Amino acid sequence: MRDRLRARAALAALFALTAAAATADERYGIGRAATPQEIAGWDIDVAPDGAGLPPGHGAVREGEAIFAEKCAGCHGAHGEGKPMDQLVGGFGTIFEAKPQKTIGSFWPYATTLFDYVRRAMPFDAPQSLTPDQVYAVSAYLLYLNHLIAEDAVLDAASLPKIKMPNRDNFVSAYPPHAERPAH
Amino acid sequence: MVPKNPNDSSITRRTLIGAGAGLAVAHAAAPARAQATPDANLPPAAPQWQKQSGAEVMSPPYGLPSPFEAKVVRRLRGGIEPATRLATTSCTPLQDLAGIITPNGLHYERHHAGVPAIDPDQHRLIVHGLVERPMIFSLEELTRFPSVSRIHFLECSGNTQNWGAPKPEYTAQDTHGLVSCCEWTGVSLATVLAEAGVRAEAKWLLAEGADAAAMTRSIPIEKALDDAILAYAQNGERLRPEQGYPLRLLLPGYEGNASIKWLRRLKLGVAPFETREETSKYTMVMPDRTIRQFNFIMEAKSVITYPSGGHRLKQPGFCEISGLAWSGAGKIVRVEVSTDDGLTWRDAALQEPVLSKCLTRFRLPWRWEGGPAVLASRATDATGYVQPSRDALLKLRDGRSYYHYNAIQSWRVASSGAVTNAG
Repeated sequence: MRDRLRARAALAALFALTAAAATADERYGIGRAATPQEIAGWDIDVAPDGAGLPPGHGAVREGEAIFAEKCAGCHGAHGEGKPMDQLVGGFGTIFEAKPQKTIGSFWPYATTLFDYVRRAMPFDAPQSLTPDQVYAVSAYLLYLNHLIAEDAVLDAASLPKIKMPNRDNFVSAYPPHAERPAH
Repeated sequence: MVPKNPNDSSITRRTLIGAGAGLAVAHAAAPARAQATPDANLPPAAPQWQKQSGAEVMSPPYGLPSPFEAKVVRRLRGGIEPATRLATTSCTPLQDLAGIITPNGLHYERHHAGVPAIDPDQHRLIVHGLVERPMIFSLEELTRFPSVSRIHFLECSGNTQNWGAPKPEYTAQDTHGLVSCCEWTGVSLATVLAEAGVRAEAKWLLAEGADAAAMTRSIPIEKALDDAILAYAQNGERLRPEQGYPLRLLLPGYEGNASIKWLRRLKLGVAPFETREETSKYTMVMPDRTIRQFNFIMEAKSVITYPSGGHRLKQPGFCEISGLAWSGAGKIVRVEVSTDDGLTWRDAALQEPVLSKCLTRFRLPWRWEGGPAVLASRATDATGYVQPSRDALLKLRDGRSYYHYNAIQSWRVASSGAVTNAG
């Protein structure tokens, strides 16, 4: 009898423990630690301060050849667009009736260009370019937009230093405040 | 409830024959109906389908709508073919749907580089950056966490482009079809983040997809810890590929593109990551010569879905006006309807359930007298925000901002009964 009571008490204690594990701030012990190698393969983003930029470098002239081969079919021989996005020009049009939003006229950070080309371009073969090729294509597009010189070479140190002309016009709407027009 | 659809009258002899041919494929025993007259199955005659056995169970094993509903499908906005179908939208046929739930096959689409074909056994979610323990989860592991199910709308921030002159031929599918509503099931993002341990300095989180765009958005940590869901199911079944199979982020009330589909990675950081989709795209050019980023909340909005563009009222008399209202800021508390171009407004009845950040069905009884009329609806949400008129919205910003058009939608009813988009 006493043994049975003791067993019941032990069981009750076990239930209490189980219930406690289901409250907030507790860990469930599901999943496992990600290895540095696993993370490194997928950690492809680049921040405005240059964090995430890989080693390597690329020159405008190298980018010109890559662009002609892999990009011009959609973006035009000189990034003028059609059928897909216009990448070059449009300066001074952003607040006109028909803004031409290009890398040069609109994009606030040069690092975003590297990030986007690396993750999503070429459209039919994303994540196929080497870091050197991504630096080179980025350099060519920035050159076409008159933001770097024809003999420029881009790397992890120089890319984040490029000041994009439209950067200071960007403002964050977060945290939100609703527009409340009278009606 | 059977959705009212005056287009039913357009099921002519020819379309009946076509639909009959489709049925014959599904059910080999069905006789050819080419000789059927429009009233051959009406009383006093016993209908043809009552004089023979029907189809077997599981024909097909995954059920499909009746062939007679074949026109209720997703469509390109305005029927306009984009430069590529890999990076564009398709719209939900709101004018043909009832209630608040969007069937999974009709949920609107917005992909940035096509729909990936993901093997769920080879899909992983990595959580890293400013966390105590960088972690990796399989889908099976994520489904072992306590689950949540909630009904929420998703709306593309590019939904409704009435900035310029309205296109009269546009249907509700064309004007408002980039909104849909499902029951989403998954694990609370806060639960998974607690497993990795969020460090105090983490303020933003990068969400990244496993699609060919590796689509990325930065999400405020407050939202991630509030009501965000890592969803693996919609309307009771696993996500559709178009909706992020096998795993998507679901951010209730936020612009649709932030709810990253095919989610593979969450990285916590101190600041926004300034991805292409929050700089070059999904930002708004404002009249004060600023460009607004991180316009997350879809403000209150509504649309009458019956009668709406493309419908035709057959005869004067009773007509129940019905539509949808929603707000990314909370519950809908009021919908007013005008049948006289905004001169007078009446409160519509709100159909239960009325849920936060969810489509709400509204109804108003009306008598169409047979003359011209302009129908419009105006939603108010729990924060007191009132859906603006088009003029009021245009005073704040214009077509250069492109996104987040949420003004009152009007439909023009002609004396003929034809309904067109009045913007």
